[in-house]
Amino acid sequence: MNHTPLVAVAGNPNAGKSALFNALTGARQKVGNYPGVTVERHAGRMTLADGRPIELVDLPGAYSLDPSSLDEKVTRDVLLGNQAGERRPDAILIVVDAANLDNHLRFALQLIALGLPVVIALNMVDLAERDGLTLDPAVIERELGVPVVATVAVRRRGLEDLRARIGEAASRAAEAPGAHQVEHDIVALQRRARQIATAATLSETATRRWTHRIDSVVLHPVAGMAIFTALMLVMFQAVFTWSTIPADAIEAGIGALGDIVGGALPDGLIRSAIVDGVIAGVGSVVVFLPQILILFTFILILEATGYMVRAAFLMDRLMASVGLSGRAFIPLLSSFACAVPGIMATRTISDEKERLATILIAPLMTCSARLPVYTVIIAAFIPNTAILPGLGLQGLVMFGLYVAGIIGALIAALVLRRTVAKGASSGFMMEMPKYQWPRLGDVLLGLWQRAMIFLKRAGTIILVTTIILWALLTFPRAPEGQSQIEQSIAGRIGAGIEVLVAPIGFNRDISLALLPAMAAREVAVSSIATVYAIDDSESGAGETALRDNLRTRWSLPTALAFLMWFVFAPQCISTIAITRRETNGWKWPAFMVGYLFALAYIAAGITYWSAVAIGL
Amino acid sequence: MATVPDITVPLRLLDLPRNLPARVAEVDWALLSPPEARRLRELGLDEGVEVALTRGPGMLGGPVACRIGRMTVALRRHVAGAIRVEQGG
Repeated sequence: MNHTPLVAVAGNPNAGKSALFNALTGARQKVGNYPGVTVERHAGRMTLADGRPIELVDLPGAYSLDPSSLDEKVTRDVLLGNQAGERRPDAILIVVDAANLDNHLRFALQLIALGLPVVIALNMVDLAERDGLTLDPAVIERELGVPVVATVAVRRRGLEDLRARIGEAASRAAEAPGAHQVEHDIVALQRRARQIATAATLSETATRRWTHRIDSVVLHPVAGMAIFTALMLVMFQAVFTWSTIPADAIEAGIGALGDIVGGALPDGLIRSAIVDGVIAGVGSVVVFLPQILILFTFILILEATGYMVRAAFLMDRLMASVGLSGRAFIPLLSSFACAVPGIMATRTISDEKERLATILIAPLMTCSARLPVYTVIIAAFIPNTAILPGLGLQGLVMFGLYVAGIIGALIAALVLRRTVAKGASSGFMMEMPKYQWPRLGDVLLGLWQRAMIFLKRAGTIILVTTIILWALLTFPRAPEGQSQIEQSIAGRIGAGIEVLVAPIGFNRDISLALLPAMAAREVAVSSIATVYAIDDSESGAGETALRDNLRTRWSLPTALAFLMWFVFAPQCISTIAITRRETNGWKWPAFMVGYLFALAYIAAGITYWSAVAIGL
Repeated sequence: MATVPDITVPLRLLDLPRNLPARVAEVDWALLSPPEARRLRELGLDEGVEVALTRGPGMLGGPVACRIGRMTVALRRHVAGAIRVEQGG
């Protein structure tokens, strides 16, 4: 056979599988999706000493071949050759944590019984030694009858030997019988694994592990909660303050680009399309890249260090009170960056109803796409008076919007778990990994992948919608002396929407922005900017800053109602699309859109009329 | 910790003093849902395995953290209540 051998990398969660996969394949990776499910497929290539290529696919971590989540189902199906879009692997690289042999060897035994050629990486032997555990790989090799290589993925120890063994296993593939036997007796496997682990342990000293010492503080009901709150505060503070300098630089760059392009092109429709449409529209969104990357840096580090599961532990009590579990905290935290990866991360929640409720409330977490909207409106309408040292009124309003989303989500979960996503709690049972220093390379790789996803979105969805909006605003051309906006196609559509949203205090400009903002929330800002840019060039008022335009054209109650609308409104095609894919149909995305629009309408209405009543 | 109480009768893991090593005597699987029972077995819980309670449920009744073998695991209260332990670690 002439195809490149495919080797699956499998193992328990927290075995250091992905770090080993990264070390073996380097940056030569492809991230995709398995067809029909949103489980990410990580594949990469490595080259053997003799130049032969091997394709590696990093399977989701699993405890056994009896799947209890979508992730684990993919692992089983790939290994059995039943996964659509993936050929059956020629060999398996099983990664086990040297410090947790009892448990990890059990899954290894189940995998070996599949009959494919196997290599075992006895990973993180350095951490096991630090824990006072000395192992003899030869004993494991003898007991299991498969090659065992001691490795330390993060220090690249044992990799050459491992590569050679993978090469040997892959070439044995042709002879393998390929029996499809799955051993389901977990208890029997577990006992056999314990015997082997005991036999392979040369010495074991009861050193008090670092992990336990840290946990005694971090999981403490008072100290642990204080640390958690402080971490969250630092994280959100960093998102706003650290991003100022890079965001200003990007903004200045975009402004300069607009001037250069504007100066180089003759006055007319093309210049208007490029400067007012493309550069102003896409630019107003790309400015938020620093904030998104800072938030993801924190999330990636919290995950890599092992703290994320501790945070889930601390949050379990609160989540249990609304019918969810601490496990839901992790996807919900990711949703603060973007609901799409957040909803994808719910696939680790094994209970179907609990997962559904988490998906339905994920859009209520204030995602980074709302930041442009919040920032612009707050800067225009809320005075930056200091309330406490270091805390201004603007910051307080921003914080209030985040809190409104969180409270809304908790109440929604409570209601959903008693109605449409009804069911008994599936509980909370999670392995808490050892604390580890995050590896810079792995964090940077994760950030790079996130940045590319965001820029692709800016370059496609947002680019296209701003161009369409520009066209809708520009045509048909208004006769001399009449408002271009009112005569345009968009103006007529906006007038229709205005009838619906006028009762909650929304004006024509907002009505115009709501439709394109369905593509992505941040488009609301670029849409309003585009509306005013065209309006200003028509009236000959020149380029007035968006902020001044907002101040003169909107009342304060309207601005507040607009903010409230964005706390709840499901204005994001990507989120609706991912919900459809994750729930296999249109029923739940339709429900989500319906209940969130209803909430948005009510919340914005209450805000508007309350603000009017108290004379704001 | 030399002056810890003797555990002569099987005690619930939930009631075990913090960080006192013990062995699983029996598990009342009937108190657990089938997926819970399976996941607990997959996390290595079995009769004879060394366990310790590292963080109790607290006043609000949150989850507990315990050591199973060399692994730390978060469990809900009722699960830790279904695990009976005896002395020896």
